[in-house]
Amino acid sequence: MDILIAFLVVGVIGLLAGLLIAVMSRFFGVEEDQTVKAVRACLPGVNCGACGYKGCDDYAVAVAEGKAKPNLCVPGAESTAEELGALLGIEVEPPKDVVAFVHCNGNCEATATKTDYVGVTSCKAAAMLYGGPETCSYGCMGLGDCAAACPANAICMKDGIAHVDTSRCLGCGLCESICPKKVISMVPQETVVVVMCNSKDKGADARKACKNACIGCMKCVKTCPHEAITVTNNLAKIDYTKCVGCGACAASCPTGSLKQVFFPDLSEEYEDFKVEE
Amino acid sequence: MEVFKTLIIILLSSVLVNNYVLSRFLGICPFLGVSKKLNQAVGMGISVTAVMLLATAVTWPIQYLLLDKLGLGYMQNIIFILVIASLVQILELILKRFSPALHKGLGVYLPLITTNCAVLGVAINNINDGYNFLESMVSSLGCGLGFLLAMVLFSGLRSRIDESRVPAPFRGLAVTLIAASFISLAFMGFAGVVDALFA
Repeated sequence: MDILIAFLVVGVIGLLAGLLIAVMSRFFGVEEDQTVKAVRACLPGVNCGACGYKGCDDYAVAVAEGKAKPNLCVPGAESTAEELGALLGIEVEPPKDVVAFVHCNGNCEATATKTDYVGVTSCKAAAMLYGGPETCSYGCMGLGDCAAACPANAICMKDGIAHVDTSRCLGCGLCESICPKKVISMVPQETVVVVMCNSKDKGADARKACKNACIGCMKCVKTCPHEAITVTNNLAKIDYTKCVGCGACAASCPTGSLKQVFFPDLSEEYEDFKVEE
Repeated sequence: MEVFKTLIIILLSSVLVNNYVLSRFLGICPFLGVSKKLNQAVGMGISVTAVMLLATAVTWPIQYLLLDKLGLGYMQNIIFILVIASLVQILELILKRFSPALHKGLGVYLPLITTNCAVLGVAINNINDGYNFLESMVSSLGCGLGFLLAMVLFSGLRSRIDESRVPAPFRGLAVTLIAASFISLAFMGFAGVVDALFA
């Protein structure tokens, strides 16, 4: 008899709780926006934050509400933008294809260290200590904050500097924002000429710190037939809206800090790379 | 005055002396899982406190008005689990409907709490200690605050651990557990403090 009462009590309480939940969800339930769900399904789900929102979910809500443009997703690139455009029935401009590039060629041969850094393996920490251990205070320190931040595993450390595998790069720009030396920037994917230096020191000082430094000699400025290069603060800068990629500047550069590159250039070598301890 | 004193003793002892995480070792799972960042730890702590209060408010009458009357004291665990789990579900529904912002903040933690042993532990211990309704509520508030305190302290410690160089064999969960045991040892120092306060 006792066991029947126990059965009954548990059963009734369970039933009541179940009914209560059912009734509550019927009356208090919030219908999830179907557009948000559909938009979210189109996004890649990397949660890289390149769109400027907290993650794919956040971005999906903003797109569904019409607060954000549908072409901001960098990893999804054109296909995602087109899908979203078709879904929402609006015209979409194709997103710009950009990849991260490390503007530094100060590898172990070209540059030296001024101090022996034994602290935390983090660029941010190292940079706080007298501007880092490298002789050049503008270059990559190779401690790998960018590699740790990269959601696509596209950055590796080799010869003391960071390298971006552009075939893997999503173009999210996380590395650009995390680099304490601001040595990484986003360049158009079709870029063929890049400046491999970030040093704003005067020519002689820059050269002393690193053999591969840009010395601001203005030779490229004179050579460029399209006036795409300017030198400010002793550092060449390429205006990619004007550059046609002829490579004349790279051929004229006396230090080799202007380089002609073809993206993606590291995909085959990438397997051999290992993060330095 | 005497009642007030009893309540204070219950509150302080459940926060410091009988801290659920650090002295009774209940609710270790969220303690280790959600204590990586301070804001998450605070969110989890507040959610747990709210659910503990709610659970006690419902389980105390169930125990005394239903189970004891019918002689079903041995069904305590099952019925409490059932009631607490459904309560959390309903709480989540209501939060989602009336306070989306709060739901966004606490929502992720609520399903985790549904089957949290610390919540069940508070409900059962209140009965075992023979507290009346008011004392039970104060005790569960204290337990919730104690959980919050443990979470906040530990998240601070963990951020320090993250920044330091830990020997390879200790990295990850190992050093976290060792740190947790140190805090637990430190909390042992509170034993007897509360009674002495009012002696």
